[in-house]
Amino acid sequence: MSSNSFAYSEQSGGGEATELGQEATSTISPSGAFGLFSSDLKKNEDLKQMLESNKDSAKLDAMKRIVGMIAKGKNASELFPAVVKNVASKNIEIKKLVYVYLVRYAEEQQDLALLSISTFQRALKDPNQLIRASALRVLSSIRVPIIVPIMMLAIKEASADLSPYVRKNAAHAIQKLYSLDPEQKEMLIEVIEKLLKDKSTLVAGSVVMAFEEVCPDRIDLIHKNYRKLCNLLVDVEEWGQVVIIHMLTRYARTQFVSPWKEEDGLEDDEKNFYDSDDDQKEKTDKRKKSYTMDPDHRLLIRNTKPLLQSRNAAVVMAVAQLYWHISPKSEVGIISKSLVRLLRSNREVQYIVLQNIATMSIQRKGMFEPYLKSFYVRSTDPTMIKTLKLEILTNLANEANISTLLREFQTYVKSQDKEFAAATIQTIGRCATNISEVTDTCLNGLVCLLSNRDEIVVAESVVVIKKLLQMQPAQHGEIIKHMAKLLDSITVPVARASILWLIGENCERVPKIAPDVLRKMAKGFTSEDDLVKLQILNLGAKLYLTNSKQTKLLTQYILNLGKYDQNYDIRDRTRFIRQLIVPNEKSGALSKYAKKIFLAQKPAPLLESPFKDRDHFQLGTLSHTLNTKATGYLELSNWPEVAPDPSVRNVEVIELAKEWTPAGKAKKENPAKKFYSESEEEEDSSDSSSDSDSESGSASGEQEEEGDSSDDSSEDSSSEHKSDSESASEVGNKRTAKRNSKSKRKRDSEDGENENEKSKTSDSSNADSSSIEESSSDSESESESESESESRKVTKAEHMNYALSKKNLLPQVLYAFTQEKEKKTKQNINPLTKDVSLLDLDDFNPVSTPVALPTPALSPSLIADLEGLNLSTTSSVITVSTPVFVPVKTHVLLHRMSGKGLAAHYFFPRQPCIFGDKMVSVQITLNNTTDRKIENIHIGGKRLPVGMQMHVFNTIESLEPEGSITVSMGIDFCDSTQTASFQLCTKDDCFNVNIQPPVGELLLPVAMSEKDFKKEQGMLTGMNETSTVIIAAPQNFTPSVILQKVVNVANVGVVPSGQDHIHRFAAKTVHSGSLMLVTVELKEGSTAQLIINTEKTVIGSVLLRELKPVLSQG
Amino acid sequence: MYTKLFKLFSLQKMIHSLFLINCSGDIFLEKHWKSVVSQSVCDYFFEAQEKAADVENVPPVISTPHHYLISIYRDKLFFVSVIQTEVPPLFVIEFLHRVADTFQDYFGECSEAAIKDNVVIVYELLEEMLDNGFPLATESNILKELIKPPTILRSVVNSITGSSNVGDTLPTGQLSNIPWRRAGVKYTNNEAYFDVVEEIDAIIDKSGSTVFAEIQGVIDACIKLSGMPDLSLSFMNPRLLDDVSFHPCIRFKRWESERVLSFIPPDGNFRLISYRVSSQNLVAIPVYVKHCISFKENSSCGRFDITIGPKQNMGKTIEGITVTVHMPKVVLNMNLTPTQGSYTFDPVTKVLTWDVGKITPQKLPSLKGLVNLQSGAPKPEENPSLNIQFKIQQLAISGLKVNRLDMYGEKYKPFKGVKYVTKAGKFQVRT
Repeated sequence: MSSNSFAYSEQSGGGEATELGQEATSTISPSGAFGLFSSDLKKNEDLKQMLESNKDSAKLDAMKRIVGMIAKGKNASELFPAVVKNVASKNIEIKKLVYVYLVRYAEEQQDLALLSISTFQRALKDPNQLIRASALRVLSSIRVPIIVPIMMLAIKEASADLSPYVRKNAAHAIQKLYSLDPEQKEMLIEVIEKLLKDKSTLVAGSVVMAFEEVCPDRIDLIHKNYRKLCNLLVDVEEWGQVVIIHMLTRYARTQFVSPWKEEDGLEDDEKNFYDSDDDQKEKTDKRKKSYTMDPDHRLLIRNTKPLLQSRNAAVVMAVAQLYWHISPKSEVGIISKSLVRLLRSNREVQYIVLQNIATMSIQRKGMFEPYLKSFYVRSTDPTMIKTLKLEILTNLANEANISTLLREFQTYVKSQDKEFAAATIQTIGRCATNISEVTDTCLNGLVCLLSNRDEIVVAESVVVIKKLLQMQPAQHGEIIKHMAKLLDSITVPVARASILWLIGENCERVPKIAPDVLRKMAKGFTSEDDLVKLQILNLGAKLYLTNSKQTKLLTQYILNLGKYDQNYDIRDRTRFIRQLIVPNEKSGALSKYAKKIFLAQKPAPLLESPFKDRDHFQLGTLSHTLNTKATGYLELSNWPEVAPDPSVRNVEVIELAKEWTPAGKAKKENPAKKFYSESEEEEDSSDSSSDSDSESGSASGEQEEEGDSSDDSSEDSSSEHKSDSESASEVGNKRTAKRNSKSKRKRDSEDGENENEKSKTSDSSNADSSSIEESSSDSESESESESESESRKVTKAEHMNYALSKKNLLPQVLYAFTQEKEKKTKQNINPLTKDVSLLDLDDFNPVSTPVALPTPALSPSLIADLEGLNLSTTSSVITVSTPVFVPVKTHVLLHRMSGKGLAAHYFFPRQPCIFGDKMVSVQITLNNTTDRKIENIHIGGKRLPVGMQMHVFNTIESLEPEGSITVSMGIDFCDSTQTASFQLCTKDDCFNVNIQPPVGELLLPVAMSEKDFKKEQGMLTGMNETSTVIIAAPQNFTPSVILQKVVNVANVGVVPSGQDHIHRFAAKTVHSGSLMLVTVELKEGSTAQLIINTEKTVIGSVLLRELKPVLSQG
Repeated sequence: MYTKLFKLFSLQKMIHSLFLINCSGDIFLEKHWKSVVSQSVCDYFFEAQEKAADVENVPPVISTPHHYLISIYRDKLFFVSVIQTEVPPLFVIEFLHRVADTFQDYFGECSEAAIKDNVVIVYELLEEMLDNGFPLATESNILKELIKPPTILRSVVNSITGSSNVGDTLPTGQLSNIPWRRAGVKYTNNEAYFDVVEEIDAIIDKSGSTVFAEIQGVIDACIKLSGMPDLSLSFMNPRLLDDVSFHPCIRFKRWESERVLSFIPPDGNFRLISYRVSSQNLVAIPVYVKHCISFKENSSCGRFDITIGPKQNMGKTIEGITVTVHMPKVVLNMNLTPTQGSYTFDPVTKVLTWDVGKITPQKLPSLKGLVNLQSGAPKPEENPSLNIQFKIQQLAISGLKVNRLDMYGEKYKPFKGVKYVTKAGKFQVRT
């Protein structure tokens, strides 16, 4: 160790301390990190000086060296005061290294550590989410009990943060706080409960981890989130997947009834494997009658299946154990292929996977039999892998494959790895006992091995033969004789002991040899191993009892030797035997039975797999690997007899968070649907998004099972439909998916019917399905065209439900509600109202402007991906609302004169950008005013200020003369009004163009209540507030005019106001999501006060400046 | 005192500490994510290492009185992690390998020297990869935005401009649900290359017949495409693939329904899929070996004679052939003459390596000569098995063929390329 460091310090040479500037040039070179290790204490002084210098480079260098010390495990604690001063450094790298230091030493220097706390508290409010997150991380990693309340507060706040990344870190912090102070448990559970509801895939894994750590027994917290977790699973990062799957396995074992058939367990399954298909079907049918799987149970099994294809071995193993523990036995088979695949991975993965396969293969041979050859051993495998493979091969051996296996074993026996050869011999012994057909073959083979040159092989063979002979001793006198001869050559104690035991046991069958053997052994008694000595004593005793004439003296001699042996075991045994076999006056009644005791029929040993009893540990766990219960191991409970109430998993209606789906918005609505109402409209948009979703294949569920899952959701939907839909799901099970969804559709429309008429009561019997179809045909006859559109509508709704339940917004009640509403509207069909609502809608739908669809530019799946992204950023408190409609204000991007006939205008559609949640979406309309085609229009070089980003539109191949096309792009302005300059290029030319956003376009409207508004406003005072007085004519101060004017300037949302003279508007900035609150308060005498509250003071004041003239002019 | 007490009844899940240990048993780096665990915990590991004799045989999971040690062995280094409670062992193992991969990725090699040279970056990486023992960011593109890999140029620039290697904004990938790709990728030459690499795992017995053979393949991609390309790769014969594991970017459902690989690729090099060709198919074995190895009874020498020839090579040349033989312990030395290539014998490890090169069918390469045995020792029981490496360019032995690559979402025309290689995997000939 020290020689190494010495070498490093030499390399760095003398220049290190003298020339700081120079040294910084090689910050990553060894000198920076390891220069110190020739450590004399003076150098620490030097470090202190560097830390106190003004230059960041010196500080950084010092920090790097300190981190080097920490990495080496050297003590750097005395630098604590000097380091902690730098915690507020502007340089992010210094800061991070200080964090590293703090986390390492804070526990030792608690008082000093407290000095840093305020810095973190400040950083927790930073607009940059990375800084917020890392502040939380460090704060929660400092193990100083005094700050527990501060941590608790920080966690609570962070768990409501807008950024899912910060929330993820909050979930991690929960565990840290819990380990620091378990008394916070109750409060932490509250936070966990809240975070479990989080819809972001980023958070899911971490919060489940926290759950497992803090309150694994509070299974009730999972109920409501169960379906969401199942559905999110595929999109969660891989580490989270492992944790969630393990947790859900435990959950399933407590909440569902066993899918396994009673009693029959293993044997039956093996039979199933061999049985013909018909048989199996019959069986499954039979089972079905008595058992129907809970749809939630099925959901879990179905949604984890794709993860078997994961590249992460831990995920594959987690799914495998889930299947093993909770899926019906007939479905477990699919995991074997994936597990076998893992065997190609590195040594450590192989080791764990093979262990688990070994356990499985004991119970279910059939599963791995097709992969028998994958377990063949290579000479290059490490011994531990070899023995595990051998174990599995043994488990898989049966009459059919034993001959192949034995041939394979023959190769192994000759292996240079003697430990492995010995294991092989044992294996052969086990096969011989398990498969009676080959017992003789094996025995012969083993006897041949007795003449092997290698002692270990011979010894092991002897031991195994001993065990085999014990099972059928009668006919093997020859072998015993042969083995007796071996005593001269074999030196391995176990083998010698085995031979002696064997001779003793069969002494009556080899009457001539046995006394001779005893004689030989008596001669060398003192030099034998303890194990052998014990067996000599035994042999002596047995011979004394059967053949005392020849051996009496010999035995007594041996007993005398044993009496003075060094080993107390042997002395004890000697005494015991003497009392038992040599009759004297003191010997009790027992000696009469000595013969019975020594020569009793002994049961043959059972050669069992060492993995036999491991199956009571959950597969894939540490406890399973170690075969002992590890600390913190949670037992997998047995299936409950009766399933707990499944309705606990139903989710109440959650406020429907608005989804922004470009495809949906842009899609022209079918006019027939438009009259349905506003909420309807929204659903439709989400509906179409779900369409694209399922097309893309990134969705979690499987398409063909759509019908199924809508079944599930309808079951949740509401209690009134419950009985009905239950029968539906039962019927559904027996049909193919397609048929299912079809009939389902009908039934659904029928449901609505029922409700409408209120006369029919829904009947839950199975036979109902026919009546259902009848009535649905009724409704068809009622009005054909209508019911057709209606049924189409319902399918849509189904789709939507499917999509939503996937995201777990789950507005099932809404679904029922929609249907009801549908009915009502249907009743009042009235052309007039239809027209009116159409108009309304147009007003409300700002995207009615003809716009080139972004759809072709993006594959549907990408949209789905992006949509998820948007979804994850909506917060619980602040929801982005629809922008108030304003006339589109276009700006010239490129004039046709300067653009050689290509004209470009841009406007801000005020939609959340589909290309990134921090981007402002910009629509560009390109016009070709020339008389020839303009080809290859694209965006060339970009000159963006630091931090700004731009998502360009796709190259337009060609634009016809007089043609016009609108494309959309996204620009992240970083909440500044800086100009985005870029080049608009055609095939031949490039034009420099600029987009400067009006400050009002950097916002997204936010919906909030007046109360929230006031609360937020209260927090944004002082520096964050700007205000001005406006003077204007009273007619300009009517509510509608103010609204009009404000929204024209800025993309803000209207906050309902209780007071007539105060108008409030709220928005958030696109990039950082900071709130922007605008208040217009009317005063007497045609004046008004305009107040803007925001963290982004610069934008705030710019906005104020822009609003003022607009509001004051006539 | 306070904290100490608490620790007694509040145990921590997941990875507690990490120690890096070199071959000579020095702990040269330690990192604690929670309270500090003394280095002495590694003594249990050393004990196990001693017992195992061979590094390969050190058990990956060791139980000690207060902790569990889960370790991996990579590139002559042990990564030993300290665990306190129940955890899926594969979780830790997989993570440790990911750490090693990341080092490899950042420093070009995962060696003691590289880690020591970059100890600060290593620390920063470990800090980002694990929070409180739970993995935080393991995607290489996210890490690279947070902590830039070291280059000489960058360190020079940094020292002048005072900028740092540490990113100050949250990587774009971290929040999106395509965390493997960052936004705003830009290339002047847009290229997408795919390497289809197949490896033949086989055991050939004494007589030359195949005991076991299967084909394991991977498709490695090198994608340098601007923007957010959405690719789909289809095969002529996708049914060949029996078992597949995917990079997370691949849309599973498309594969299930259409057998098309559809994905938004990560930027740069990555492994797209790995697959196994169904074992029902007969595997073509491209080489055969004629061997005659014998050790004479009661004499201190033996004969060694092997010849390699092509077989079922689909008309391609087999190149890069290397034969490795672990000779029995009693072998002292070997005097051999190769007709082609060169050979070495290491008398300490008893490993014979014959670097053959290419096979020319006119004159088959062979290696002949005498083996010197330790006198007096019994002759070896068994002949050593031969491990063979080879390579065949422009051929996927399974017959897998990429049909086409389509790109959606971006308008430029990328340059596309597919390369096929067949290699020997664990190819063993028993003699």
